[in-house]
Amino acid sequence: MTEKYNMPDERGHFGPYGGIFVAETLIPPIQELNAAYQQYLNDPEFIAELDADLKYYVGRPSPLYHAERWSRELGGAQIYLKREDLNHTGSHKINNTVGQALLAKRMGKTRIIAETGAGQHGVATATVAARLGLECVVYMGAVDVARQSLNVYRMKLLGATVVAVESGSKTLKDALNEALRDWVTNVDNTFYIIGTVAGPHPYPAMVRDFQAIIGRESKQQCLEATGRLPDALVACVGGGSNAIGLFYPFIDDSSVKMYGVEAAGDGVATGRHSAPLCAGRPGVLHGNRTYLMADDDGEIIETHSISAGLDYPGVGPEHAWLKDTGRAIYVNITDTEALEGFYALTRMEGIIPALESSHAMAYAMKLAPTMNKDETIIINLSGRGDKDMQTMAKHEGIEL
Amino acid sequence: MSRLAATFEELAKTGRKALIPFITAGDPSPIFTVSMMHAMVKAGVDIIELGVPFSDPMADGPVIQRASERALAHKMSLRRTLEIAAEFRKTNQETPVVLMGYLNPIETMGYEDFANAAQRAGIDGVLTVDLPPEEGFGCSALLKARGVDPIFLLAPNSTDERVKKMDAVGSGYLYYVSLKGVTGAGHLNTADVENKLQQIRVNTRLPVAIGFGVKDAETANTVANIGDGVVIGSALISKIEANLGNPEQAKTEIIELLVSIRQALDS
Repeated sequence: MTEKYNMPDERGHFGPYGGIFVAETLIPPIQELNAAYQQYLNDPEFIAELDADLKYYVGRPSPLYHAERWSRELGGAQIYLKREDLNHTGSHKINNTVGQALLAKRMGKTRIIAETGAGQHGVATATVAARLGLECVVYMGAVDVARQSLNVYRMKLLGATVVAVESGSKTLKDALNEALRDWVTNVDNTFYIIGTVAGPHPYPAMVRDFQAIIGRESKQQCLEATGRLPDALVACVGGGSNAIGLFYPFIDDSSVKMYGVEAAGDGVATGRHSAPLCAGRPGVLHGNRTYLMADDDGEIIETHSISAGLDYPGVGPEHAWLKDTGRAIYVNITDTEALEGFYALTRMEGIIPALESSHAMAYAMKLAPTMNKDETIIINLSGRGDKDMQTMAKHEGIEL
Repeated sequence: MSRLAATFEELAKTGRKALIPFITAGDPSPIFTVSMMHAMVKAGVDIIELGVPFSDPMADGPVIQRASERALAHKMSLRRTLEIAAEFRKTNQETPVVLMGYLNPIETMGYEDFANAAQRAGIDGVLTVDLPPEEGFGCSALLKARGVDPIFLLAPNSTDERVKKMDAVGSGYLYYVSLKGVTGAGHLNTADVENKLQQIRVNTRLPVAIGFGVKDAETANTVANIGDGVVIGSALISKIEANLGNPEQAKTEIIELLVSIRQALDS
């Protein structure tokens, strides 16, 4: 028996990745958060409350759906979809915000801040803040505010203040910068709910642990449905929270292949993409060391993807580690291919996926035909496509 | 003795406080920076903090963010910032120059190559905002071995334990961030700064420079009386921003402000 996977270390390192790279003012709140997290991680009362919220508020467990028609059409492996799109608010993001909000409450914080790209994390944060009666401010790049206006409206309905960030490339990375600036200014009463497995320790590990419910359920549901473990897992990777959530409980199951799908935008060769694991280099941004899209001077370069949620120049440090160790394989899918995945799932199974999740669908379309009919792929259907109707209509030249 | 240590020792002998301006290298254009540095020395500054532009300046307020953007638009980089410092050093051997910036450009260059380049350029100290001592041990050791002081931040919420750690790993001076917030933020509370400084002094013998929220001669004088030096950044860069079409005017206004602060500090 090989040694069990046990990452990160005490200070948040996944090999050379992860860690705590922040300005001094943020050290005390990060230590405070880490202490609270370590305390409640194993607290039966906290876990019971979290479990109840996940069941009655989020609607878990989410189904593992056998996409029979689509599997038949592709002529290879059996495809199962982990239906995170059916969660309250429409994506996996709520798994994490429910958990962090419970922590915030126990830590006595009265104000919640978050960053968001596609708006799914922003909506999931505004939702839990509304439920707990906490003030909520969401930072969102001005470019994303424009292309995800539906989610902006949802957040406002939920009582959140949405701040359009005009600095830098006006997308997710700049929203993160602005949220960090807010946090440093309001450390005493503010809890920063980071939406992905990035940021300084303990965020990558903590968000992973809250999202790991996806993989735990998938494992059990797959065993019930097929009598065995899946052969492959497929998930899209921006920051990488839905992918880690699915992968993590399977890391020690060496027969299970794991594929993380990055956004290739116009194609990795064009330079206009968001695929740091496939075409980036290690560096430090937003509190951790990981693969980044940066130039030869270490300046972060602008990313591109049709999906706002994948439009980020970094990636969670645990993915960097899983890449280097070869435990997970990272591939990329262009905007055009992602759209094919989007249409395929919509028309073959009557499920409209988010553009982010469509990247995973598109890769599964390549992978499934190379596998046998008695093999199984689980794809994380991380979110539903309702928020992307405007983008899709625009793409098709239709005015809504 | 390092140039920074010598500077603070000399100041202490005469009972004066260090005046430390911060400007971003290459703002508003690369040719402006070296002459600005020499002009600031003439105005009586003791140490120059030179900002290395970064695409994602997480700890900076809007004024310094925009300075970074202007410099990057001119293809400014860590490498070119070092060239500027080296150019300044050709005709000034006395005034310490401290680089202040973020880790990724240094990480990309490689710690050892950076430490060598900093030494060659006549850099005296390096303050890396997002490199706390726990992660920065390797880089600090390489700098120290070359006579370059690693400078660390202290914040209003830093514990005694943190101060002791910074005292152990840092050299040159410690930079006290006078308020919770980003550079150029609102009002600082003098009584709070005073209390905190007393607490810090118990745990370090390094000089303490105070920055963030220093706007004019009055605030500069107040905090300088509490610490060993005062850092002023956003207020200077605002003058550059107000005179983008006329950098000479910006220089004149910056010098006027620095001279008034110098007088206030020495009176």
